[in-house]
Amino acid sequence: MAAEAHKLAIFRGLLKFKSNQQKIWGVLIFLSIVTTIEVVLGIIKPEALLVSFLKMKILNWIFIILTLVKAYYIAWDFMHVRDEKSGLKNAIVLPLLILIPYLAFILLVEAVYIFDVMNSGFVAWNF
Amino acid sequence: MEVTANAAENEQVWGGGNRPLNASYGKMMMWFFIVSDALTFTGFLVSYGFSRFKNINTWPIADEVFTHFPFLHGIDAPMYYVALMTFILIFSSVTMVLAVDAGHHMQKAKVTFYMLLTIIGGAIFVGSQAWEWKNFIKGEYGALETKGGQILQFVDASTGKRAAIQEFALGIETERATHQSNKGVWYEDETALPTVSLAEVKKGFIADENLVIRTQELNEKGEKTVLSRAASLEKLNAAVGVVEGANLIHNEYGNRLFADFFFFITGFHGFHVFSGVVINIIIFFNVILGTYERRGHYEMVEKVGLYWHFVDLVWVFVFTFFYLV
Repeated sequence: MAAEAHKLAIFRGLLKFKSNQQKIWGVLIFLSIVTTIEVVLGIIKPEALLVSFLKMKILNWIFIILTLVKAYYIAWDFMHVRDEKSGLKNAIVLPLLILIPYLAFILLVEAVYIFDVMNSGFVAWNF
Repeated sequence: MEVTANAAENEQVWGGGNRPLNASYGKMMMWFFIVSDALTFTGFLVSYGFSRFKNINTWPIADEVFTHFPFLHGIDAPMYYVALMTFILIFSSVTMVLAVDAGHHMQKAKVTFYMLLTIIGGAIFVGSQAWEWKNFIKGEYGALETKGGQILQFVDASTGKRAAIQEFALGIETERATHQSNKGVWYEDETALPTVSLAEVKKGFIADENLVIRTQELNEKGEKTVLSRAASLEKLNAAVGVVEGANLIHNEYGNRLFADFFFFITGFHGFHVFSGVVINIIIFFNVILGTYERRGHYEMVEKVGLYWHFVDLVWVFVFTFFYLV
């Protein structure tokens, strides 16, 4: 029933597959490439990417962005979110998209503040 | 005409059986569970981030902690093994989605085959994680701990390589035995003594001129600070105990929270994989027995598939935040 309803194009229609199986293998290849890039970057750690940007190394930002890219394709193509109605799509994605960055933001800001207090405070905590 | 048609529709709405978002009840509930579970993992990973930013200049370097690869003993192989585990899990995700696809076409043999591959992939992953835990718990070089919970590791200044306390410690005649509740002091019970005592490590350190101490602090280059020989000898007096390996209270790799979060996050994820494998096995047998063939659809495979992909999805994040960043 739903077999014919799969949307077979990825990369905004740049890459179209003939069947669902083909799309699955295509997405696997794409995910493998991204993972390989991550691992290679993690092993060689290029000097140029170790510069700090917004409290974090550029390399780490690259890792996080690549992870989000992978998460998108796992959810959209393996979990078939791409084929769901937009109502269900939003019900799944929006709560996570709103709550997770919010929680990360408040906790990380607080952590940086605590680090500063401990780093420049008058009490010895590192003895 | 119109009125009657509406009435009929309403009757259908209240009678149940319709699909408001074009998704069945079971699939929708699986999605609700996944969203809430995703938030649980978020809580874990964000609190990991909190602890890490709070101790940003002393946090352990993952590449130095996870360096093992099966059958390559003593070879420094950071990350290769977790990378392999990631590929295994992604691949088992692919076989799962192929099983779902075969289910749509009612191909029982194919569903069976792909489910089996998925189960095998999951089992390999859980086994790998157990092996990773074993290495982490056992430890490699050992370290000393100060009163404030700081970890002092040892480096051979002539080679720049880490030195294991078990190797340089010099034996001292001692009568110190493991406290057990059935003999000696009843209120003092301990699980095991480290293989070397603090005094032995100190003696061995003083005897070997090449040894220096490596502290938890990261320098500007993001590497651990190595003290000079004189500073090391002074720092040695701050040590109060020997740490070998890791548990929830002590760990030789650095900040205690690192081990705590490692155990909780990878443990919670590993438990998800384990339960995923168990559920997959149940569904696998149902497929073999022809339950879904008789039911007329393989939606159950699709539902466990969602769960399985979710486990894979979480691992992608755990991999990034624990091993890469």
